[in-house]
Amino acid sequence: MGKTLAEKVWDAHVVHSAEGEPDLLYIDLHLVHEVTSPQAFDGLRNSGRKVRRPDLTLITEDHNVPTLDVAKPIADPVSAEQIRVVRANADEFGLRIFSIGDKEQGIVHVVGPQLGLTQPGMTIVCGDSHTSTHGAFGALAFGIGTSEVEHVLATQTLPLKPFKTMAITVNGKLPADVTAKDLILAIIAKIGTGGGQGYVLEYRGEAIRGLSMEGRMTMCNMSIEAGARAGMIAPDETTFEYVKGRDHAPTGADWDAALEYWKTLTTDSDAKFDNEVVIEASTLAPFVTWGTNPGQGLPLSASVPSPNDAKDEVEKVAIERALEYMDLKPGTPLKEVKVDNVFVGSCTNGRIEDLRAAASVLKGNKVASTVEMWVVPGSGRVRIEAELEGLDKIFIEAGAQWRFAGCSACLAMNPDKIPAGKRAASTSNRNFEGRQGPGARTHLVSPEVAAATAILGHLASPADLVNV
Amino acid sequence: MDKFVTHKGIAAPLRRSNVDTDQIVPAEYLKRVTRSGFGDGCFASWRKDPDFVLNNPGFTGTSVLVAGPDFGTGSSREHAVWALQDYGFKAVISSRFADIFKGNSGKGGLLAGEVSQDVIEKIWEKLEANPGTEVTVNLEDRTVTCEDIVAEFVIDDYVRWRLMEGLDDIGLTMKHVGTIDTFEKTRPTFKPKVQ
Repeated sequence: MGKTLAEKVWDAHVVHSAEGEPDLLYIDLHLVHEVTSPQAFDGLRNSGRKVRRPDLTLITEDHNVPTLDVAKPIADPVSAEQIRVVRANADEFGLRIFSIGDKEQGIVHVVGPQLGLTQPGMTIVCGDSHTSTHGAFGALAFGIGTSEVEHVLATQTLPLKPFKTMAITVNGKLPADVTAKDLILAIIAKIGTGGGQGYVLEYRGEAIRGLSMEGRMTMCNMSIEAGARAGMIAPDETTFEYVKGRDHAPTGADWDAALEYWKTLTTDSDAKFDNEVVIEASTLAPFVTWGTNPGQGLPLSASVPSPNDAKDEVEKVAIERALEYMDLKPGTPLKEVKVDNVFVGSCTNGRIEDLRAAASVLKGNKVASTVEMWVVPGSGRVRIEAELEGLDKIFIEAGAQWRFAGCSACLAMNPDKIPAGKRAASTSNRNFEGRQGPGARTHLVSPEVAAATAILGHLASPADLVNV
Repeated sequence: MDKFVTHKGIAAPLRRSNVDTDQIVPAEYLKRVTRSGFGDGCFASWRKDPDFVLNNPGFTGTSVLVAGPDFGTGSSREHAVWALQDYGFKAVISSRFADIFKGNSGKGGLLAGEVSQDVIEKIWEKLEANPGTEVTVNLEDRTVTCEDIVAEFVIDDYVRWRLMEGLDDIGLTMKHVGTIDTFEKTRPTFKPKVQ
């Protein structure tokens, strides 16, 4: 029997395997940030261990960094301490670090791919659940806990039990106004936030092949919101084209050897998945979440659901709770929901294509006077690239704030918080209660919908601008 | 990680069920950047109550916690295990553990042994009647002994073996260091390096 893509990558990294024990898997790239690493480094110190492969370990500062006044010291003492400690650890253990002010600094999952460090067929881990992003290249990439961070630092391996595999096949072409973000939100709404539990998801089909690398990263990024350990997409010409020529991409004979290997990284026709979901692309539309988990989403043209629509008592209670927190009434058309804040950024949608998409909608328009809009590039490089293209001017002229790179308002660990009681349209990945700040309300959207919403002051798609 | 074969120490009765990890170590203590020092966060809210069991001088120096069912529910924070260990606990005996907490305990070297709630009740009575009573936790025999009570506890075979060998996951992997060296030599040269 053939193998799935995930099984091929897994098998190529098994260092040791024995009956009754987890497999010992080799890790090709370990990404590290300041929040989940301090105790791991402390553990190494306490046991007198070293980092086995500093050349396969990369640190970037992202969760705690401010996105304004970045030259000033960090005001919050806890954030400042985490940054101080991660720098000291990088120094002590001889690791490469991208600190605030470095043009390579940025969100860990934006930095890896843009440097060409993320390549097909690799195993990639990070103490961060959105590590699934890197699966867009046909890498097996997943988030780990602090003990596991220490384990990888010390041994460059992890003991793991194999994951199950699930195919998510998206047939046909996406309608012109439907983005990768809409597609993944629709998938999560369909399979639920626990639907992917224990699985590696492989996204397949014509609609997936038609996505850019950045769109694919948006998809794989949010695999974790469906409960999955990882998401993957088989590499193809789009992937090879994206990797070629980047700082850490192979060159010469290495490139040829790599390409030959990468082309084998597809699921065999006779391989069996443990589960399969099929979606018809033509049925999709711009999507938005209305509730407090990423599975509570609907097409933008729909109305706020009623607890009476629930299929069981558990869901009914969940809808009631969500509506109360979100301050929404059943039956209200989603497009009538007024928004106070708009956030474009994060590891989900903070890449150059996302900024281009938002800018193309904002160009020649103004952000509504009732809305505060922040545009936060995913990395220093994305910021520079956007400025070379003049996107910063479009944002500023429209009335949005153009900021420095970081995780920003995605997770309320830095100064960028949505105030209590305010409603945000956000291109990030989690709409949990309090995720963007205590009492903040979040609607997850694509960059295009975020921009149109900023202009009109209520949830809207670019198509609604034409009708104004 | 120290080998755990048998441990004798003062046991404290925690007469509560559903002790979640927010109680074991409140979120405000998570901002620490070291792995040690979480002991002052251990049951921090409850310790503000002078009547809380750990404030009873009779249980000073306790190293075995005897708790009700569903110990360690809630957030997956590994800090909960670190806090219990830093406070001085070597073992927790309960009638049921939350899955993630049980996994984290095994990783961290804290013994989490399951006995029936009936046994827990009997041990509680002994400990409350005579604060300072010592309990023996024998991992080899999988028994917990409190005066005349001898009860078998349940623990995963693989976890038991690791604890008895004193092997944390890293220590265990280090046994395969030669295999890792060999594997590294076969890695293709096109794989990227950070520096």
